[in-house]
Amino acid sequence: MINFSKHAGFNLSRRHRAEQRFQWAGRFAILISLAFLVIMLGSIFRDASGVMRQSQIAVAVDLGPEAIDAADIANISFGKILKSAMRARFPDVMKRKDKKRLYNLVSPEASFEIKRQLTNDPALFGRVQTLWLTASDDLDLYLRGKIDTSLPENQRQISDAQIAWIKDLKQAGQIRRVVNWNFLTNGDSREPEIAGILSALVGSLFSLAVCFSLSFPIGIGAAIFLEEFAPTNRITSLIEVNINNLAAVPSIVFGLLGLSIFLGYFGLPRSSPLVGGMVLALMTLPTIIIAARAALKSVPPSFKQAALALGATPVQAVFHHVLPAALPGMLTGAIVGMAQALGETAPLLMIGMVAFIVDVPQSILEPATALPVQIFLWADSPERAFTEKTAAAIIVLLVLLIAMNLSVILLRRKLEQRF
Amino acid sequence: MKHIAPIRFGRVGVFVNGKITPMADQMLILTQTIRPKWLDRLVIALLAAAACVAILVTAGIVLSLVFETLQFFNKVPVMDFLFGLDWSPQTAIRADQVGAGGSFGAIPLINGTFLISAIAMAVATPLGLTSAVYLSEYATKRTRDWIKPTLEILAGIPTVVYGFFAALTVAPFIRMTGGQFGLEIASESALAAGIVMGIMILPLISSLSGDVINAVPQSLRDASYGLGATHSETIRRVVLPAALPGIAGSLLLAASRAIGETMIVLMAAGMAAKLTANPLEAVTTITVQIVALLTGDQEFDSAKTLSAFALGLLLFALTLCLNVIALGIVRKYREHYD
Repeated sequence: MINFSKHAGFNLSRRHRAEQRFQWAGRFAILISLAFLVIMLGSIFRDASGVMRQSQIAVAVDLGPEAIDAADIANISFGKILKSAMRARFPDVMKRKDKKRLYNLVSPEASFEIKRQLTNDPALFGRVQTLWLTASDDLDLYLRGKIDTSLPENQRQISDAQIAWIKDLKQAGQIRRVVNWNFLTNGDSREPEIAGILSALVGSLFSLAVCFSLSFPIGIGAAIFLEEFAPTNRITSLIEVNINNLAAVPSIVFGLLGLSIFLGYFGLPRSSPLVGGMVLALMTLPTIIIAARAALKSVPPSFKQAALALGATPVQAVFHHVLPAALPGMLTGAIVGMAQALGETAPLLMIGMVAFIVDVPQSILEPATALPVQIFLWADSPERAFTEKTAAAIIVLLVLLIAMNLSVILLRRKLEQRF
Repeated sequence: MKHIAPIRFGRVGVFVNGKITPMADQMLILTQTIRPKWLDRLVIALLAAAACVAILVTAGIVLSLVFETLQFFNKVPVMDFLFGLDWSPQTAIRADQVGAGGSFGAIPLINGTFLISAIAMAVATPLGLTSAVYLSEYATKRTRDWIKPTLEILAGIPTVVYGFFAALTVAPFIRMTGGQFGLEIASESALAAGIVMGIMILPLISSLSGDVINAVPQSLRDASYGLGATHSETIRRVVLPAALPGIAGSLLLAASRAIGETMIVLMAAGMAAKLTANPLEAVTTITVQIVALLTGDQEFDSAKTLSAFALGLLLFALTLCLNVIALGIVRKYREHYD
């Protein structure tokens, strides 16, 4: 006979306590994962909030006829005009070093802004005009209290004199904070206050367009062949094993492939969205094929059989009856693949889409960068203001990804057919 | 216009030009006239070509990596690469410089890769498995319906975002916490990269293991309950052992993902090729070095550039082995219970 009391496991209350502990361990694990997600997104949103608005300074710029020649905008030195305007605002600044600090209150790009405003509105010529110009990133950080003024002067980015000027400007109402549309309409820049994501966004869209137009037809073709026409032989099973393994190859290896074959062998233009899109297409191909096969599998065989019975050829049966029924599922698979491609960085680094791109690319052959690469580049910059830009760019990326995934959910719900 | 006629004499007929013809004949004529056979063959051939792209891609990867790697081994002996303990791929400015060739020992990189992956697995395995068990065994359907998609968000976040978070939030936090205990922690420690990478691969483990746990037949659980075991005892003694091969497969897949991950380590783990097992120090990985060697100015055919392809081949071989084993285990296991 078994002596049950000898077995430690027979103690019921202890076993029930163990049961409770086990359940709590599960809740705890989920809680940690969710907490990590919340902390990560929270810290990114906190960092990004600073980019919503930007600071501007009102500068009274002398555009009178004796200062500049209105007929010859190209040769006007707007930098000089801006500097004299700043000096006129604070006439008692004498030392060279102090003057330089004074000029540093406005963005180095502000002189181009004057030029742009003049080209858009020639009526501004002729007299002293008060223009709102982008302030430097240090001024912006100071206004938002992001610079620790208790530090000794030589350890912070902004000097005591500059703080005094800023206070003076603020009292005169010559500093304002406006919604920062520049972030969405500008290209990259060395100056964080005017750096934007438009060029990266366009580069990403071009790459995705190339990626989709390659991987969607090829992926669907491969899926149709494997699911509907492939004979069961060694080659078919080789292809299937291949696709499953490709799905798990590290993305950077696809970058190496692109570098040595697309750039090295075919000599396609480096850094271009064309090559980026091709590499991303190879990478997303397994995802699309697997999703498309699942969609084809979900179409009941009776569709095909009915078509065949009415005399359609196998190709007609598949293309006229099976494919339309499977298309929504294929499309959602493709969007999932595109979302994956949009967030991918490493292979793009390999093919040189990691350049400093100011201008918005006009075609898929021009050098470009992509949104995640831009995030990587900005995250590497030492300036505090670029950290905020990085976080804001991440939010733009996440919004795009959420939009894509939402469309998948909606598409599924709308087009979901039960056969 | 063609109309399907009523059935006459047991045959289906169609009206064509005012005459009733047997439908089967008519269909035969239609298919033969409208649809020439070669067109169908062409379409199928095109589809087959699309399917072969998958093979082409694999062949392209293997060929390009092997070709460049062979060139690399012409300059640097294979043994020096695989078993060398020193990684410093400097390019010489002058040919007679000391250490002009640079040294290409991959061991410190493999060490760094495995160190960070081990930390990631140490974070992700307990968290992923316990949450998978909880979600598939305890959680109500409603809880599962909102927690599962939320956890899946973690899988959808691009790795560059994890890298940013690791470098700018987690690493300083760990450094600061360590500082309070008097620990000297590098600002680009393996620990920070490993922890964040662990969170990245967590949803992979929890969803794959969840599937495996769900596939364990209910009869096994019922038998265990029938013998008087509690829920957790059933899970620990019956369900998990039954699911073990599948869980092992999912862990291997996750490990392969961790080894091949680039952005998190690139942004948070640094460049120092050190042979150390200390997670508080900065290490570098295979992927980081590939990026470092190939971004910026590069000349083809220099040992420095070519070594990146040798590293790529090493990475490809490593992850391929893990994947093949993992997929094999998962498939075998699935057949076992189906």
